[in-house]
Amino acid sequence: MTEPARHSMRLGTRMLALLCLLVALSGLSAPAVRAEELNVAVAANFFATLQKLAPKFEQASGNKLLLSSGSSGQFYTQIREGAPFDVLLSADSDRPKQLEAEGLGLAGSRFTYAIGTLVLWSPKPDVVDRDGKVLRGGAFHMIGIADPRNAPYGTAAQQVLTALGLWQQLNQDKKLAVGENINQAWQFAATGNVDMAFVALSQVSDRNAISGSYWLPPQALYTPLQQDAVILTRTSKRALAETFLKWLRADPQAIAGIKAAGYHIAE
Amino acid sequence: MIASFYSPDDLVALWISLKLAAVTVALLLLLCTPLAWWLATTRSRLRVLGEAMAALPLVLPPTVLGFYLLLFLGPYGWGGRLMHHLGLQPLSFSFGGLVIGSMLYSMPFVIQPLQAAFHAVGTRALEVAATLRARPWDRFFTVAVPLARRGFITGSVLAFAHTLGEFGVVLMLGGNIPGRTQTASIVIFNHVEALDYSGAQRLSITLLVACFILLLIVYSANRSRAEVAAVA
Repeated sequence: MTEPARHSMRLGTRMLALLCLLVALSGLSAPAVRAEELNVAVAANFFATLQKLAPKFEQASGNKLLLSSGSSGQFYTQIREGAPFDVLLSADSDRPKQLEAEGLGLAGSRFTYAIGTLVLWSPKPDVVDRDGKVLRGGAFHMIGIADPRNAPYGTAAQQVLTALGLWQQLNQDKKLAVGENINQAWQFAATGNVDMAFVALSQVSDRNAISGSYWLPPQALYTPLQQDAVILTRTSKRALAETFLKWLRADPQAIAGIKAAGYHIAE
Repeated sequence: MIASFYSPDDLVALWISLKLAAVTVALLLLLCTPLAWWLATTRSRLRVLGEAMAALPLVLPPTVLGFYLLLFLGPYGWGGRLMHHLGLQPLSFSFGGLVIGSMLYSMPFVIQPLQAAFHAVGTRALEVAATLRARPWDRFFTVAVPLARRGFITGSVLAFAHTLGEFGVVLMLGGNIPGRTQTASIVIFNHVEALDYSGAQRLSITLLVACFILLLIVYSANRSRAEVAAVA
């Protein structure tokens, strides 16, 4: 056998040994026993906010939150297929209502934990004026929005543009860049690929300060962006789930955190 | 030092990714070796059907694979009901479910190199072994397998790297649950969703380097093999 052939044999043997080691180790990693854990499915737009709030709840209650981020539609499908989530914080109110009606959501547990605000935003100063007149001028290349078919903020953006009588024209002129979700719309603008985008105020506001330029469309132009939470019927930790939602609804720290992230709270 | 570079969640996710890739490759080698041997040696018309089915995961969008597996393994699907009859938990949203999904997803990457390698072994060496009274099992393990080792190396490393980078299937079937089904590629997705780009960078560069090294191994193994052929 030549030297290179021996080398490749050795390599193969070593890799096989490494593989065996990994497989053997994988059997050893039994999960350690922890305090009670709550599996929370949270809509992508609220994920960063909840990530910041979670340690406060964990400190106050002594339990742990396991956060799973995703789109509300995907969570709805997964919950129907038996996903082991205890609580869903959705990006809309339709899916929690639907889950409640189907008996998958605990009747009476649903409430609006946050109301989103739509904003037309550019990372650059002086691009968007405070009255949104820039939309009528047409002196821009493209606007980013989230897909109106499956993202609530996309639907809201469509409603605003329709109310202003601009929706058809902008579509005809191919001036709308449609992102799969609201984060993609934000990325279009943040990377300068579009001049401005309809995004969530929570994405561009940091402790009530907004960088760049923006316009807040009047709330009368779009259906309120209610985000509902619901406890899932299959949970085995109902008491903890209730404690968490009660905390999210009433604790001053939680409310301050939600507001600082750019959401409203239901009255 | 490692602990300060990665967050605890990142480390757990990396561990789950490694574990998933290792278990997947080990099981795939067991499953695909006989399958690839059959595909490489059979004259049956069923071969074409087998080849098409084995290549299907290459062209299907991972979300389609994940969606069908979710329906199949969920409590109302056949797989889920079977598990229920056996008195077991359904496999969706568990590590076991991810292993099944990853095996399907990475299967072509093991079968195809193995099939090509077995094909290259040909019948001559095996016939010679047979004249020396080697029994079929003996011929397979002492002649065919060593001659096809390049296929085993290529298949294992490609499947390992492909499983590390898996996203759509894992997200759909696993549900993004920290410590259980949240792999490194999903944590990257979470970091991006939370606009935490430095967190995403750390894990992305890790996967990039890991996959590059694995591919280097494949190509250097193939190169030394080619040199052998040239010398001989």
